Amino acid sequence: MDLAMLAGIQILYAIASLFLISVGLAIIFGMMGVINFAHGEFLMLGGFAFILSVRAGVNFWVAMFVVAPLAVAFIGVVIERLIIRHLYGRIVETILATWGLSLLLIGLASSLFGYYQMGVSPPLGSVQIGAYQEGGYTFFVIGVAVAVAVGLYFLLRHTPFGLIARGTMQSADMASALGVNVKRVYSVTFGIGAALSGLAGAIFAPLTGVLPISGLTYIAKAFITVILGGALPLTGAALSSALLGTVSQATTLVSTSVLGEVMLLVTAIVLLRVLPSGITGRFFKRGI
Amino acid sequence: MCEVKSPGFWWAAIVALALVFGIPLFAETYTLYTLTVFAIMAVLALSLGLVWGVGGILALGQSAFFGIGAYVYALIAVNMGDSTWALAASVLMPVCVAALLGYFTFFGRISDVYFAVISLTIPLILLSLINSASGPAYQFGKAHLGGYNGIPGVPPLNNPFDLSDVLGFDGMYYASALVLVAVYLVLRILVRSRFGRVVAAVRENELRAELLGYDVRYYKLGVFCIGAAIAGLAGALYAAWGASVGPTAFSLSFSAQIVIWVLLGGMGTLLGPILGCFVVQALSTWLGSASGVSPEIALGLLFIAAVLLVPSGIVPSIQQHLRRRRPAGLVSKETP
Repeated sequence: MDLAMLAGIQILYAIASLFLISVGLAIIFGMMGVINFAHGEFLMLGGFAFILSVRAGVNFWVAMFVVAPLAVAFIGVVIERLIIRHLYGRIVETILATWGLSLLLIGLASSLFGYYQMGVSPPLGSVQIGAYQEGGYTFFVIGVAVAVAVGLYFLLRHTPFGLIARGTMQSADMASALGVNVKRVYSVTFGIGAALSGLAGAIFAPLTGVLPISGLTYIAKAFITVILGGALPLTGAALSSALLGTVSQATTLVSTSVLGEVMLLVTAIVLLRVLPSGITGRFFKRGI
Repeated sequence: MCEVKSPGFWWAAIVALALVFGIPLFAETYTLYTLTVFAIMAVLALSLGLVWGVGGILALGQSAFFGIGAYVYALIAVNMGDSTWALAASVLMPVCVAALLGYFTFFGRISDVYFAVISLTIPLILLSLINSASGPAYQFGKAHLGGYNGIPGVPPLNNPFDLSDVLGFDGMYYASALVLVAVYLVLRILVRSRFGRVVAAVRENELRAELLGYDVRYYKLGVFCIGAAIAGLAGALYAAWGASVGPTAFSLSFSAQIVIWVLLGGMGTLLGPILGCFVVQALSTWLGSASGVSPEIALGLLFIAAVLLVPSGIVPSIQQHLRRRRPAGLVSKETP
């Protein structure tokens, strides 16, 4: 019984972490049609911003929830202004340019911070479940994922900005004709996506440490989750994280985490055979 | 028109062979050694040049087939000692993987961009799979996958079924360079064949090709599998040249390099990827020795600059320039 509960918690944790690492990418892809290949590096930068500010004496939670998202959002807005704005509508070129950016950021980070792992230990102790122990941080990650999902739902559904952003997503030309400053909407959207990536990077930094190449460990999973999710950023990311998180964590529990990752990829490819435009391309079309 | 009958094809063949056999007369052994790896990489560049440039399929993870070819060659050659079957298997295995992946993606009618992202995740997953394959369970006969360290002591190429005749440095140079020339010429024929023209039609307008009665899925699958075979061959040559394989063949920056070669050299041409490969390799070798700039920074900057500044690539830009300077009456068919 305790074992089943532990397995359940670990599956919830896998879903939550998959959602957190892919939601920033999903927002940028769903709202702007831009596939940001530098997504992994946004996570890496978030991790560095968090760890460096904790070491500089900033409060742990302030560093995680304020410093890291703001720092990466700032970098994201600058990048949007310098590179991505010139390539709107040319999706292949955007992929290639952001891929170059990803290599550039890895190179810059490794010459700035060096190739050694930085880390801080996760707080919150551990929780007793029958005969087993589970880190309190696990529950914290699940909680943050739920909070991010609820917050995004509220932002997109119930605020004026959310309305404008969803309108721009459906038809940028029409929104522009109605007086919306589309460029500004894109800029803010990209900033929000980058901020969420920075937050995710900060959340996982105490667990895994940060290296200039740590982005690479996340991106395969994040890309697959977003592609399987389809066009709707929030619904798609949540549904496909739930599906793929369950599959990969169940595989991980009976074998190894690498096989779990392989299963995640195989499941996604097989599902895309029947749902070529992702889950939300077929179901839940009225979500966000 | 049949490509084999055209004079341009024979001129290209003669010039290429003259270069292959002429360079060793002037170059030192070390230069030949470097040129060997350049030629192997150019074969890999041609594979993506075919799949992406000619076929319009954005296969960002072409390194997966290169790495699979290298690993299959290493596993079989270490066990058998003879490179003949290893070489054959290193071409066949990537084709099988490509066919499987192509079945699920092209037949599911996934959009180009989705395909690009999925194809890139294949080498990433293989990278973490190989990196973790270091336990005793990963022993295959005499070879061990070796996890992060890769497989050392991979035998070089030998004459088919004749273990006593092993290729040395010079032999490896000639083998790689001749493979490059052969792949280039065969692809020239392929691009001008009926199959190649349909593939180009699919690239230009998939819907129109389909309405004309072509089953687009098979043509995409076909060109993708041919590209995988060529990439696998390049991987096998690389494993034989370096006498080892490692998981870096699946790394993201290596995948990016292949894309840059094609992008910089020029899409839709066959000379472009070769030229782009040589230029970028020479540039990165020079940067690595001459300055302290980290290779990722140089590669990243080059990538962004190529996308923003030379979107059509070197060779098409030169071709356009030449065409503009020539009087209109002399404009002949464009060279592939």
